[in-house]
Amino acid sequence: MSERPVNHARAAEHFLEDKPHLQFHDERLWDMRQKRDAQMHILPEWQELREEASRIKEHTLSRLPEYLEQFEENAKKNGIHVHWARDGAEHNRIVGEILKAHGAHNLIKSKSMVTEECDMRPYLEKQGVRVTETDLGERIQQLDDQLPSHIVVPAVHKLTSDVAKIFAKDYNTDPNIRDPHLLAEAQRQAARPVILGADSGMTGGNFVVAETGTFVVCTNEGNADLSATVPNLHIATIGIERLVPRMADLGVFVRLLSRSALGSPITQYTTHFRGPQKGGEMHVVLVDNGRSARLGMEDFWTSLKCIRCGACMNTCPVYRRSGGLSYGAVYSGPIGAIIDPTFNERKYSTLPYASTLNGSCTNVCPVKINIHEQLYKWRRVLVQHHEMPFVKREIMHMAGKLMGQPKLYRAAIKATEVSLSTMPRFVLYNWLNPWGRHRENPHPVKQTFNDWYRKNRKPGKEGTPEAKK
Amino acid sequence: MKIGLFVPCYIDAFYPEAGIATLELLEKLGQDVEYPLDQTCCGQPMGNSGCNSDAAAAEALFVRNFAKYDKIVMPSGSCTHHVRDNFDAIEQTDEVRHVRENTFELVEFLHDILKVDAFPWAEFNHTVGLHNSCGTLRALRTASMSELGEKPFSKPMDLLGKVRGIRFVTPRRPDECCGFGGTFSVTEEAVSSQMGLDKVRDHHEAGAEYIVSADSSCMMHQQGCAERAGVPIRFIHIAQILNGAAQ
Repeated sequence: MSERPVNHARAAEHFLEDKPHLQFHDERLWDMRQKRDAQMHILPEWQELREEASRIKEHTLSRLPEYLEQFEENAKKNGIHVHWARDGAEHNRIVGEILKAHGAHNLIKSKSMVTEECDMRPYLEKQGVRVTETDLGERIQQLDDQLPSHIVVPAVHKLTSDVAKIFAKDYNTDPNIRDPHLLAEAQRQAARPVILGADSGMTGGNFVVAETGTFVVCTNEGNADLSATVPNLHIATIGIERLVPRMADLGVFVRLLSRSALGSPITQYTTHFRGPQKGGEMHVVLVDNGRSARLGMEDFWTSLKCIRCGACMNTCPVYRRSGGLSYGAVYSGPIGAIIDPTFNERKYSTLPYASTLNGSCTNVCPVKINIHEQLYKWRRVLVQHHEMPFVKREIMHMAGKLMGQPKLYRAAIKATEVSLSTMPRFVLYNWLNPWGRHRENPHPVKQTFNDWYRKNRKPGKEGTPEAKK
Repeated sequence: MKIGLFVPCYIDAFYPEAGIATLELLEKLGQDVEYPLDQTCCGQPMGNSGCNSDAAAAEALFVRNFAKYDKIVMPSGSCTHHVRDNFDAIEQTDEVRHVRENTFELVEFLHDILKVDAFPWAEFNHTVGLHNSCGTLRALRTASMSELGEKPFSKPMDLLGKVRGIRFVTPRRPDECCGFGGTFSVTEEAVSSQMGLDKVRDHHEAGAEYIVSADSSCMMHQQGCAERAGVPIRFIHIAQILNGAAQ
């Protein structure tokens, strides 16, 4: 826990310097938010769906052990091997052992945030396994050796020209390609032989159904289906919170997921995995990795309702202007800022402050997580746990004292007025004044409201504190 | 009904005209208003930073100043939000509960409590863009929120619509936060300033001469961004327009 806190502010400042990237990023994600709004307006029952989804998730989380065991029992009946992983290390070991037992060295996988959490790729590569991401965005990020910057669109911070450069290096294509279709085709040509030659496949899982012992994977590229079915060995890595009790519950979530994420009515592929294919093997690794502990946190347990749609990122004005990588974590944006500190309080202590607390995230969340209220609560917790920089803590401490003493406060206001009206510009606008780096200071005034009131309303008017003295 | 007027610190220090307009407007509407002279702050900056225990002195003073009033009115959405929803650094006595339950943001107070149906003295021959602060929009809910798809309504628009000569434009992203965010404006100054600049440009491109808002804190930030980047747009508190601002 001794890691330095992520410097989101500085990373964001760097992101903001590159105007073409900034503009594309902001507008692309805003467009997703707009499309999400359009889908919402088509469904008059939208708010009921959100409420229903929230209730199902809260119910499930409140009885998680029972439902998990129910899933395990039914999955086994379906011929699925079920594994339990306490943390990332255990997950990686389990996956590594399954692959070893099959003599597998070529793993193709679809996007899975849990495997990012577990930092699985380097582990398997060390073991001699070649891991290939099959989701286009995730593959771009893999080739560029970066974390996904967004849950749903992992390379959204990149322009076509960036992708062309990356592909030129690895796929030997023309670095000047500007047609996204040509780049997608290059990826297809490069990926197909790898997929066909793979000896093992891995997916995540969007929803796990307890009563049937099955799970559902939603994608738009069909890459999860290829990853799961071309090789004979399918391993699915799934967080324990992804459970729903009944098949009938799925409709609520499938209707919300893609509408919230991309503003499309449904993902291109919604695949139910019910057991191994003929002659094949299917494994599900259920991963805890801090989730049980989070379930025990009174103010933060509902963050486990998250279905990873990314709507909170798309709407977040801070995320759109700082990029996912600025959060320095597997999960970025508003949802990241409330779950990352559960993994490492010190390292991610700055993230709950990377928000204006505007509340738009909470409003778009399809499972009604009170994200901005949790951001607010995290700040209290972090201060209690001494995870706020000393200087800022001291400033707040002094400000708090000052605000309790009207006479001192009045003197301080006067001093501010005097300095604003008399200090030369180079003193007012320098690196010591973060306000003034990209903004003008407020103008000095002739008199404060307090002064004006004393002069223009009868002093000692009945009921004012003056009258009593 | 005795009204206690709270004038937030940044209005007191930088935008006294918004405080004066609030007082004069309430007086014109026949209200019995007092401004306790020993007021400072509602405690919000400390509360929002997570330093809740440091908000205790400000909150205690606030209660001492305002407990005797029937209603407490303030020309600020975010301060109202703090008092109503987060004011818990001090023990929740009956007095504290009375203060929290009877604190109103100016627009709410005019619209919901006084139910004002005319401002005969108000005329404003300008094109304005309304900025709903996140405090008024998503915490106090004085207007419908685009994320929820609710039936459109707007209390500030209802009031401004009664002003002679005023014209409205709508920016492309009306509900987007302007990036002030209290201490966020300093700790994340780069993102904050970019958001502010985007916000004032959005209004300017929509044709607004003025940005009008119930929150001077947002406008203090926006004005700073507009002036630095040379975006020609002016700022005015909604109280000034409703009070019949000299133009």
